[in-house]
Amino acid sequence: MRAALVGLLLGASSLGASVPARATMAYVTNEKGNSISVIDLDKLEVVKTAKVGQRPRGIVVNKEGTQIFICAGDDDTINIIDTKTLQIIGDLPSGPDPELLILSSDGKLVYLSNENDNLVTMIDVNTRKVLGEIPVGVEPEGMALSPDGKILVNTSETTNMAHLIDPQKKEIIANILVDARPRFAQFTSDGSELWVSAEVGGTISVIDPMKHAVKQKIGFAIPGLPKEAIQPVGIRISRDGKTAFAALGPANRVAVIDTATKQVTKYLLVGQRVWQLAFTPDEKYLLSTNGVSNDVSVIDVAGLKVVKSIPVGSFPWGVAVSPQ
Amino acid sequence: MLFAMHPRAHILAVAFSTCIAGTSFAQPAQTPAISIAVGVLRVAHSRETISILDIPAGDDFVAGAELGRSDNNTTGKFTNQEFTLKDRKLAEGEDAAEAVRAFAADDIHLIIADLTAAQLLAAADAGKQTSTILFNASAPDDRLREEDCRANVFHTAPTRSMLADGLAEYLVWKQWRRWFLVFGSHPEDTLYADAIRRSAKKFGAKIVAERLYQDTGGGRRSDSGSVQTQRQMPVLTQNVPAYDVLVAADENDVFAGYLPYRTWDARPVAGSGGLKPTSWDATHEQWGAAQLQNRFYRLFKRTMNARDNQAWMAMRMIGEAATRTQSNDSAKLREFLVGPDFSLAAFKGQRLTLRSWNLQVRQPILLGDGRTIVSVSPQEGFLHQTSELDTLGYDKPETKCVLR
Repeated sequence: MRAALVGLLLGASSLGASVPARATMAYVTNEKGNSISVIDLDKLEVVKTAKVGQRPRGIVVNKEGTQIFICAGDDDTINIIDTKTLQIIGDLPSGPDPELLILSSDGKLVYLSNENDNLVTMIDVNTRKVLGEIPVGVEPEGMALSPDGKILVNTSETTNMAHLIDPQKKEIIANILVDARPRFAQFTSDGSELWVSAEVGGTISVIDPMKHAVKQKIGFAIPGLPKEAIQPVGIRISRDGKTAFAALGPANRVAVIDTATKQVTKYLLVGQRVWQLAFTPDEKYLLSTNGVSNDVSVIDVAGLKVVKSIPVGSFPWGVAVSPQ
Repeated sequence: MLFAMHPRAHILAVAFSTCIAGTSFAQPAQTPAISIAVGVLRVAHSRETISILDIPAGDDFVAGAELGRSDNNTTGKFTNQEFTLKDRKLAEGEDAAEAVRAFAADDIHLIIADLTAAQLLAAADAGKQTSTILFNASAPDDRLREEDCRANVFHTAPTRSMLADGLAEYLVWKQWRRWFLVFGSHPEDTLYADAIRRSAKKFGAKIVAERLYQDTGGGRRSDSGSVQTQRQMPVLTQNVPAYDVLVAADENDVFAGYLPYRTWDARPVAGSGGLKPTSWDATHEQWGAAQLQNRFYRLFKRTMNARDNQAWMAMRMIGEAATRTQSNDSAKLREFLVGPDFSLAAFKGQRLTLRSWNLQVRQPILLGDGRTIVSVSPQEGFLHQTSELDTLGYDKPETKCVLR
């Protein structure tokens, strides 16, 4: 009786929920659910689920917080979604199988990786026209842009390289070998370091983006887990540049790394098959998408503790947070 | 779901040395490209298959090497390397050793082989004189990694013992411990049956009955085939003690494909029919495998089979070694491959490495029924002190291999 009542109440509250315009939201792509889950970051709960294109993975929000861009890999397109209505208001011509994307700092350009075509594509958001394509290695995936906007980075999973690209000239500047299956790239906020995760190699390469060289590699070891199960994917580095977080895939953990010493200081147990990470704008929380357990873990950044698990859709993969 | 974090017990970081010599490649390439010449040496496989889907295409095997070459060359654009491929198909009775010498005369010292065990050994021994290294991407014979191992032969194909162990771990996990073994009359079937018996013993299953299926010839896929097999297979499988699963050893595709749905007792079939252990299947899509399947299909307009994939793996091993060493010298490539830095991403959910004692590539074994991948071994709970992948096949303490 009580259970039924609670169920009713829950049902009513979720039915009545609308998306408040001012709250900060996190958007999670559900790779197999073909949807996004919208998390209210004040309540730390899902307030809405919206249908998007097929196999959504990479996701970004523009700096105004008005539009979301989603790689819909199986639809060979990028969905543009209005954050107010959560309706698809248009598409960008991404080419086949887009996986990850980033926006230029002025928000006018989208850079994306085409996994099936060995290309990085640049698209003008306003005209929705392709401005250029840059041939890269086999299975391009990770995308990053240096804080000054001068270096665009793509990682190619089978070529095992980070490609450093001049986005103005649309030319490759350097190709840097890293370990097997590099999936994600992230600059430190001062642009002095580029961190690249190698999923199969099990390491993070810290690259000097000016010298075009790997200056350090970070490895991981967790007692009781076979080394093959440690597969780093998403990386986020705090704005002060002091702490980095790395999602370790089927190891079900997020590693906390001291950026000065490059030492792992803690492993945080999260949900299963952790893919990507995103900070809240105040960096109070870090969110992780857990593909197999269909939830998002909320990490208290100051306390380095997992404080909540939020159930989302089927196979959550990407996560992006709207600006404050 | 909230997870408790254990205290400092989990903190363990491996710090690599601070100054790793990172390899960087400037753009565009100025000097002429280094050429890495690879030969493919292969024999034709029988077109007498039980399923029409399994008839080998004309480019069987070499297509996998060709895709690997294409992948390597995309990387080669950035490293100033170019991979070439020369395909040589041996006719019946042609000498594999002679083919190795002919490749060497063309300055080809890297060979991806689809040969029988005897041909491979002849090729390997000829290759010693010509500084040739070979990649066995087809023969599953354990002896090639054990008493007959060679220092110039790498193996991307899993062995019969690895395949049988991969299947056995799953059957034991399913609690299907009573096996009915049916094996064919060809020498390969005897070897596969031996591997299955070894796996049963290793993992605590029991073979409750064994039966031989004599190959007496006769047309497969013939007009009256379904009528005949519907009568033959129940007769073959009747009057046996109670069992959980029928395990078939039939490498020449004579009868195992006819067993599912036709056994006397209603029991699942595994081994050479039904649920098959393999390195690759056209239905495998996990861990990014769909991307490799797509690339293969786009180039060759057919699906990738295990032989194609094993040839692709061999070409990618050559690519990794050439990229990391910036060399095309077979001795230098070998040195890299047997060293601690080699690992291969091959869409199996974890890195593939090399068993240093016999040059066999460690790999998970897929279990597929031709429609989907049912499971992937090693199974949870089968533990090993160095790599769970070494629960599959002969392990280091048992090896008879002395590399030379």
